[in-house]
This record gives sequence, structure tokens and C-alpha cells, in this order.
Amino acid sequence: MTPSRLLGVGAFLLGVFVLVPLLIVLTGRWDFYYTLTSVALLSVGAAGVWLTFYIGRINIGQGAYALVGGYVSAILVTQAGFSFWATLPMAGLFSAAVSVAIGLPILRLRGVYFAMVTLVLTEVARLTALALPVTNGAKGITSIPLPGELSIFGLTVIPDFASLGNPKLAFYLMAAVLMVLTYLVLWRIVNSRLGHLCRSLQQNEELSASIGVNTAMLRVLAYAISSFFGGLAGAMFVAISQSIYPSSFVVTDSVNFMLYCFLGGLGYVFGPMLGTLLLYFGWDLLSVAREYQLLIYSGAMIALMLVLPNGVLSLLEKKGGGK
Amino acid sequence: MSEPILQIRGVTKRYGGLTANKDISFDVRPGEILSVIGPNGAGKSTLFKQIAGFVTPTSGEVLFKGSRISGIAPHKVARLGVVRTFQETTIFRSMTVRENVIVSHHLRSKASLWGFFLGSAQARSDEADFARSADDIIDFLGLQAIRNELASNLPQGHLRALGMAIGLATHPQVILLDEPFAGMNHDETMRMVGLVRRLRDERGVTVLLVEHDMPAVMKISDRIVCINFGEKIAEGSPAEIQANPRVIEAYLGSEDAAIGM
Ligand SMILES: Nc1ncnc2c1ncn2[C@@H]1O[C@H](COP(=O)(O)OP(=O)(O)OP(=O)(O)O)[C@@H](O)[C@H]1O
Ligand SMILES: [Mg+2]
Repeated sequence: MTPSRLLGVGAFLLGVFVLVPLLIVLTGRWDFYYTLTSVALLSVGAAGVWLTFYIGRINIGQGAYALVGGYVSAILVTQAGFSFWATLPMAGLFSAAVSVAIGLPILRLRGVYFAMVTLVLTEVARLTALALPVTNGAKGITSIPLPGELSIFGLTVIPDFASLGNPKLAFYLMAAVLMVLTYLVLWRIVNSRLGHLCRSLQQNEELSASIGVNTAMLRVLAYAISSFFGGLAGAMFVAISQSIYPSSFVVTDSVNFMLYCFLGGLGYVFGPMLGTLLLYFGWDLLSVAREYQLLIYSGAMIALMLVLPNGVLSLLEKKGGGK
Repeated sequence: MSEPILQIRGVTKRYGGLTANKDISFDVRPGEILSVIGPNGAGKSTLFKQIAGFVTPTSGEVLFKGSRISGIAPHKVARLGVVRTFQETTIFRSMTVRENVIVSHHLRSKASLWGFFLGSAQARSDEADFARSADDIIDFLGLQAIRNELASNLPQGHLRALGMAIGLATHPQVILLDEPFAGMNHDETMRMVGLVRRLRDERGVTVLLVEHDMPAVMKISDRIVCINFGEKIAEGSPAEIQANPRVIEAYLGSEDAAIGM
């Protein structure tokens, strides 16, 4: 790592873990915690979508995996008495397993065909949640207890959320940690050979196969990692809202995940994070415009895509900066 | 005479009512340069696709060192040592020339995907090997000057050479070159002819090529197979092919450039 990059990462961590809480205390805007927690978690889901873009597939189905992950955590906590912390990786893994089963047949499709199928997935997930007995239908699962204590060898790593004076801050920190870890993994993938192979897949699948890449396997792997992130994000959301319904993640959410990636920049690992921040915050701030909120928002989106088709982060490139 | 390295046995490919390849059989000896010629639409590319596993024959089979390779996935065929380059200039467009060649070393990696992710010692030594070997190949093909050029910015002639570099990076035993000289001027073609020869002489690669440039084909080939309307109509040395009445007829009867020099 170059010193300048190290400095950038340091500044970012300082901002997320020190400056943001400090500013919130100073301004007294406690509601920002909720907004920022959502941004962090949505950007975890968006990181997955970005990885599917990276292998050349338009993924408009992340909402489905968030819903699956959310239900897995909710059911395990309320019906099997698991600790939330144990259900978090299980939610990710379950979503990944589901995505392997779904991905094997559909990842052969390309372009708009794949996109359409993934778009339908979110709706299928919602209908499944409505129909299954274990998910409790339209009534959903409510009154899910807050995450309990997490201790390793008797040492308390994370205290019981119910005992905390300020669970909002705790949720924010938890989401921020998850986000940082997710992007660390993503960054590592993209900058290792795995990422180079994904790029080769994105640019030419036939050629990729002819140089010996098991393209079918690589596609499924990338999609499974993507869905793992989706499942994690879903489980965290459920822990915060303490409830889940079939409509907790709908098609609009899936579309938003995709937009976050577009806006931030498909060529940049940190694109989806920035895209989520801008879009989510932008929407929130625009609420002062009341009935014109959607109009201004959509207008701004279209303008941005016209002016910066490669995402906001491509501004860096024009100035000669790196990734 | 040594055992054939590749055996094409009664390969037939039908697309609906159209028979693209009809009962084609011939052998390829190790270390030879064999050209497949024929008018446009004769079925040459279809034959190559079947050898490399991109298309499954309707009937018949392809044997590599005695075992069947037709009908198995292209990445597995490549892993065995039979690699195809493309008729269209197929490269990774938004990578540099060097990145193109490095990524194409995938087959030779010893580290696992986990190893790559974690940056294990094996992964790092793999990467160093690939970079070194990529530079060798770039030097071999005379691409030094455009090493760090983005592939999408290259002219046709260089794209062909890059396509070949990608093929070479897999360290194939048999390489299938589909129209490697297309879009090249005379000088470039003659340079490439020299390179293909050196590929065989210095690297011991068996070369199968499809080409429309007859002077180049005659100059480079040890043997030639001629296909017309999906069927093999002749096989032999360049001199035999040039004198073969069926070949002459096939070429006269088409819009294609006349055979000969
Ligand atoms: N996937 C396919 N589906 C249907 N027909 C096909 C397919 N691929 C090839 N063909 C047909 O098979 C015939 C042989 O095609 P092929 O590409 O092998 O010819 P070729 O000898 O390589 O020609 P050229 O010299 O123009 O490259 C053509 O008539 C072509 O239209
Ligand atoms: Mg062809």
C-alpha cells in the first residue's frame, strides 16, 4: 500500500468512527444515526451487486437475498433461540447457498435476459415469504429481541444491546464495522487474481473460457459472494427494526441497490458506497421539497448519468487520481 | 512416423437443415503446421470450434493424444493443451496488452483462489512468474513498444498478434489459429509467418491454422486440408493441393481469391 492510500484509509476510518459520532453529539441530530446506519447496510448489499456487475451481469435481485437473510436470522433467533451473532454468518451463507441453486441455471443468461430474471426474483421471494408457514405470512415476524451479548472466552466483545443506554450509536458502529469489512473483502477480491479473472469474464466470456477459466464456476462464485453480502445486510436490518415482513425488501429496493452502483461508478470498488451515501442522503434531504421530492430526485439522477456516465468517482480520474 | 497428436474422426455438425461439417477425418502430427483452407462458409471455423470444445459435434469425435476431447467444456480442453484463438479479433478490450497476456496465464497458476484472495506466497510467486513469462511472449512477438497500450486502442495487425500472445500464454501443445493474418498487410503477414514457424521450431507447438491468404498458406504449411461445403475434398502438401483439380474447381466456383501465387 502506498502512503497516500494508507492516509486515505486512515482518514476514512477516522471520519466514520470518530468524526461522525462527534458531529452528531455536537449538533444533536440523533436521527442521523438511523440514516447513516441504513446507508452503511445498504452499501453492503450494493457491494454485492457491484461484484455481479464486475463479471458482466446486471443484478436487479439483491432485495431477494436481503429478504432471505433477514428471515433466516429472524426465524433462528425467535424460533430456535440462536444468538443474533451466530445467525449473521448463517444468514449470509444461506443466501449464498440459495443463490448457487438459482445462479447455476440463470447465470448462463446475459444482458437484459439475466436482468429481467433477477428482477422477478425479488417478487418471488416476497410471495414465498407470504406463502410459507415458517415465515408467518403477511403478519411477518415481530418483537425480535435485540442482539444479545457476544463474548469470546468469557471476554465481552459486544455488550447486550438491550442493556445499552444508546443502542442507536451501537447499531451505527456495528453497521459501519460490517461495511468496512465488506469493502475490505471486495477490495481484496478485485485486486487479486480473482478480480482479474472476473474482469476477463466481463470483457469476453468466450475468450476467458479458451484461456482455461472455468467461467461457469467463476460466475456462480461471484454471484454467491454477492448474495452473501445481501444476506448479511438483510439480517442486520432485521436486528435493527426488530421485525420483518414479506414487504421488508421489495423490487424498489433491488432497483435502488443497482442505482447506487451506477451512480457511484461501476469501475470503482468504493463506487457503490459513495453512490449509496449520495442517493440515500439526497433523498432524505430532498424531503423538504415535499411533493416535488421524486421529481427533483429523478431529474438529478438523469442529469448525473448524462454528465458522469461512469459514475461520480470518475471525477477523480479526470484529475488524474487513481482508484 | 510418430503417433498423431490430434485425430479428427468423422466429425459431422448439423445446424437444423444445414450441414456445416460432413464426416471430416484427418490426423495432425506433432510439431507440424497444418492449414485448413476452403471458401467462405465452408465450415472451417465450425471445425475449429468443435476441436476446442466450443461446439459439440453432431456425430464423430476428436482425439487428443488418443483420448476424446470433443464435447467437453472449452476450459477443460484448454487445460489439456489445445487452445483456440478467434477469427474475430477477440481480446480483453479494456486491459493493457501486458494485462491481457498476464491474465491469460491462468491455466498455469498453482495457487488456489483462496491463496489469491489471501495473497499467499504461492500466489505471489505465481504472479511474478506470469509477469516474467508475459514479458517473454511480448518480446517474442515483438510487441514491446505497445506493452502498456490499452487493447481497445490497437490497430488490426497488433490485435492479431495480441490474440496470438493470449493463446501462447496458456502454453498450449496445439494452437488453433483462425485467420491469424486477416487485416494484415504483406510485410506484417510475412513477419507473422516467421513467428508461427518459430512458434513451432522454438516452442514445439503444433499449429493448426485457417487462412484465406493463399501465398502465406503455401509458404507456411507442411500439409493442407481443403474443405468445401462442409466436406473434406483434399489433403496433402502445398504442391499437391495447388495441383488438385477439385481444389481449383472449388476456388474457381466461388467469389474467393483464386488459389495459387
Ligand atoms: N451457430 C450456428 N448456427 C447456424 N449455422 C451456423 C452456425 N455457425 C455456423 N453456421 C453455418 O455453418 C456454415 C459454416 O460456417 P463457418 O463459420 O464454419 O465457415 P468458415 O469456413 O469459417 O467461413 P469463413 O471463411 O467465412 O470464416 C455457414 O453456412 C454458417 O452460416
Ligand atoms: Mg471462419
